[in-house]
Amino acid sequence: MMDVDIQDLEKKFQDKIDQDIKIEPNDWMPDAYRKTLIRQISQHAHSEVVGMLPEGNWITRAPNLRRKAVLLAKVQDEAGHGLYLYSAAETLGADREQTIDDLHSGKAKYSSIFNYPTLSWADMGAIGWLVDGAAIMNQVPLCRCSYGPYARAMIRVCKEESFHQRQGFEIMTKLASGTAEQKEMAQDALNRFWWPALMMFGPIDSDSSHTEQSMRWKIKRHTNDELRQMFVDVTVPQAESIGLTVPDQDIKWNKSKEGYDYGPIDWDEFWQVVGGNGPCNKERVDARRKAKEDGKWVVEAAMAFADKRNAKKTA
Amino acid sequence: MSKSKGWPLWEVFIRSKQGLNHKHVGSLRASDATMAIKNARDVYTRRAEGISIWVVPSNNITASDPNNEDSLFEPSQSKVYRHPTFYDVPDGISHM
Repeated sequence: MMDVDIQDLEKKFQDKIDQDIKIEPNDWMPDAYRKTLIRQISQHAHSEVVGMLPEGNWITRAPNLRRKAVLLAKVQDEAGHGLYLYSAAETLGADREQTIDDLHSGKAKYSSIFNYPTLSWADMGAIGWLVDGAAIMNQVPLCRCSYGPYARAMIRVCKEESFHQRQGFEIMTKLASGTAEQKEMAQDALNRFWWPALMMFGPIDSDSSHTEQSMRWKIKRHTNDELRQMFVDVTVPQAESIGLTVPDQDIKWNKSKEGYDYGPIDWDEFWQVVGGNGPCNKERVDARRKAKEDGKWVVEAAMAFADKRNAKKTA
Repeated sequence: MSKSKGWPLWEVFIRSKQGLNHKHVGSLRASDATMAIKNARDVYTRRAEGISIWVVPSNNITASDPNNEDSLFEPSQSKVYRHPTFYDVPDGISHM
């Protein structure tokens, strides 16, 4: 195609975006837009799937049947969210198995929060409350993302996610109002998950390489720091209301910005975990790789069965 | 569309309640139609979103070309006389 044609197409494309007209799978789109979306959507899908592991850890040890049923339903939802997202990535021409293999080889990333271990039952509360809470903060604006299939998947995900956050907060509330030991468990979980939850929004704006272009394309609607601030502002009062303390001495209400000031984030830790050196990176990817390898015979047997039946039908 | 070596891709349509059309909700992978229905139930109807499911192999769907959007759909936009609001009705006339 000639340069002039491309320029013309790019202009029409950006005009659509500026008018808030959604882009659908068969529409022309710049290669970089397609690539950015495939990267973001498949990493999002991987996060949902890897995110099942830390919680799956506690299904068999949930304190009672109600909690167990709830946790099972939540983990099943995460699998569903991963599937909506892999489907959305496929509408862009991504190969599902290839994106999964990229996760297994370490080429593709997933949310670094899932590389932290879940040491006590209270961690199920902290994850639902903080991790799903941060995810909702990120995902609500994505419901208005310029790419139709991604936006539609996000609408489904957000509807389901709000139960996740509430069940987590319920666990924390119960523990925080229980015995001294139970309250200590809840505080300990909050202490361990608070900072990693703040890191979920990604690097500070000046270090975020994709933000500017993604905002022009309306893939992203808020910067990392804006979302992080929103999260801090809603979460700090929630912690206070159940008698827990956010592990940051610098937390202080700032009247002039109508929000909380918070202390510096340990970005070295963030980059270490993103780079593969978190406490559970190897364990998580190994578990995913093993799941694919162990399930391979099922995939093949089901396909062989279907092929055989189709052959019979056409014979 | 995709070159995945695994199971083929299916498009999923759900009827949310009696009296409404089946509506496209997304896609999934399954080895055959029976499995596609079962997976669709688990993936797309975990909260009573449907009472009926259709699955169609994605490669059996023919779509109109977005590049022909103008020639396909513009003619209907210019024919305003197809809408009742195009016509003048004298004052005092009702039931029309």
